[in-house]
Amino acid sequence: MRVLDVLSLSAQAIARNKLRSFLTTLGIIIGVASVVAMVHLGQSATRSVTERIASIGSNLLFVMPGTSMRGPGAVRTSAENFDLSDVEAIRREVDGIEVAPALATTARVVVGNANDTIPVIGTRNEYLSVRNHPLDYGRVFEPGELSSGASVCIIGKTLVDEMFLGQEPLGATIRVGRTACRVIGVLSEKGESMGQDRDKTILMPIKSVQRRLVGKLDVSVIYVSALVDGTTKRVQSQIESLLRQRRRVDSGGVDDFYVRDTQEIAEALESTTNTLTVLLGAIAAVSLLVGGIGIMNIMLVSVTERTREIGIRLAIGARARDVLNQFLVESIVLSTLGGIIGLLLGVGGTWLLTWKLDMPFVLSPLIMVVGFSFSVAIGVVFGFFPARKAARLNPIDALRHE
Amino acid sequence: MNGEHGVAPALDVPATIVELDDVYKIYGSGATEVRALDGVSLAIRAGEFVAIMGPSGSGKSTCMNIIGCLDSPSAGKYAFSGVDVGTLGRDERALVRRHFMGFVFQSYNLLPRTSALSNVELPLVYEGVRPALRHRRAVSALSAVGLADRQSATSAELSGGQQQRVAIARALVTEPPVLLADEPTGNLDTVMAREVMTQLTDIRRERDVTIIMVTHEPDIARYADRVLLFTDGKLVRDGTPSEVLA
Repeated sequence: MRVLDVLSLSAQAIARNKLRSFLTTLGIIIGVASVVAMVHLGQSATRSVTERIASIGSNLLFVMPGTSMRGPGAVRTSAENFDLSDVEAIRREVDGIEVAPALATTARVVVGNANDTIPVIGTRNEYLSVRNHPLDYGRVFEPGELSSGASVCIIGKTLVDEMFLGQEPLGATIRVGRTACRVIGVLSEKGESMGQDRDKTILMPIKSVQRRLVGKLDVSVIYVSALVDGTTKRVQSQIESLLRQRRRVDSGGVDDFYVRDTQEIAEALESTTNTLTVLLGAIAAVSLLVGGIGIMNIMLVSVTERTREIGIRLAIGARARDVLNQFLVESIVLSTLGGIIGLLLGVGGTWLLTWKLDMPFVLSPLIMVVGFSFSVAIGVVFGFFPARKAARLNPIDALRHE
Repeated sequence: MNGEHGVAPALDVPATIVELDDVYKIYGSGATEVRALDGVSLAIRAGEFVAIMGPSGSGKSTCMNIIGCLDSPSAGKYAFSGVDVGTLGRDERALVRRHFMGFVFQSYNLLPRTSALSNVELPLVYEGVRPALRHRRAVSALSAVGLADRQSATSAELSGGQQQRVAIARALVTEPPVLLADEPTGNLDTVMAREVMTQLTDIRRERDVTIIMVTHEPDIARYADRVLLFTDGKLVRDGTPSEVLA
């Protein structure tokens, strides 16, 4: 028998019972679609986390006061804040870094008739490069403004849109707390990250915030960026030993500050999403298996129903292997069709969900190939038993079957 | 004396094409044992038209199924064209059916929802004949039974007589030396039955095909030139229709 004839025989049998063929493959369709969609979504989530963390700033270290347990869900206890001399010490003692002190607070901001509570960060110009958040237009703080704590500010895009309503903000005076503040620059758009609108912010010289808004000479966070890739670990340990010295932590004592690496956070989140991907993929794979059992069921019913047809074929000269091939190819064609449809649905579903959830759309050829091959393999494995049952029929019994 | 009836010259077919030697077919065992065939010996020469007769349960169909390699005897020897079929495997018996036998059944046994042409092409599909040639041969086989204009009709669209003629075309499309017909007119009225029998005798006149036909109707058996009468699994009479049916 020619291969093409076997294929067309199967195609005819499938086309003859369209609804049943569709219901048979439905299990495979759902199985492949969910495997493909789940794993792709998992990868999208991982990618999205990685991208967002990269947007915070690469090679970035946070130095914060307090005691912390390692890992996500860290507990933070209060401790003495840093001040600008700590920042100076880090800048002096550690090589290959850029340092930006930050004192974060919130303030009532009034622009014309609009007013809102906005996070205000007191810092220096290094903040823009360390946190990877450059200016869109305007200018940075001048040295004089920084040292004197002048009332100038750089504002985020959200303020321009929502409070200035698109009017020119440069040179305008806004109220930040009780201080009248001149706008000298506008930050580039960053979008949302970790549920925070990073464009809804105001930057001011740290001395201005210390004196005019907070009333203390504290630094709440020190941002440190390693200038050379792969040196964050060294930078981290140098900062740790320097601060231990400055804060008089005994050897063996508990640090009253901690240094956190964005890379570390990224890795923790990535491993979480990877675990989730594997779990979701495994659940989806089970549904693919169930789909295979569905194919086997229907093929068994089909063999019983078509016993007489098998008898006719045997009488006119079909060998056992011809009958085996016919039914095996039929189930492979069914599962392959299911695999193709499932693949398209899975990719389509991934695209739709990533678009809705605003995640990057990742396409992995490997997953598509694996999902598709799995569906074909299921056709072979679960089609074999019914096909063998058909091939083993005795011609005369099959012919007499009613 | 039958040398000129040779079926396929290359095969060197002996005069005797079917030979049963003390063949038994026994179902069940002990008290429930049923002897469908109880020591049957017979020989059929190439080119003969043989009718197998007998009441139901006499073993005539069983005998036919064994001759057609659809069933295997419980004991005894069956030689087809001098080859002991008992030594052949399942697939080899399938090849014997494919190349040397054509079957016509009482209930036609056409594939449902399949055109007459596709039904006739089917044996050629298993032979691995190319589609173009397959189509040509199937069309000519359908024409030979007078159904050239019904190629695309499915069984549901054909009368019983037409369906049986499609079945005959399917049986003959591979040009087998032996045609086996199991009650070919059993489901047909007398007009259609005569149509089908005329077809069979025409075919036999045109080609040197051996026809072995099971029937329980004496009128149909008279078309044959030899009648085997079975009773209780035994061959009880063997002769010309006029001798046996007298």
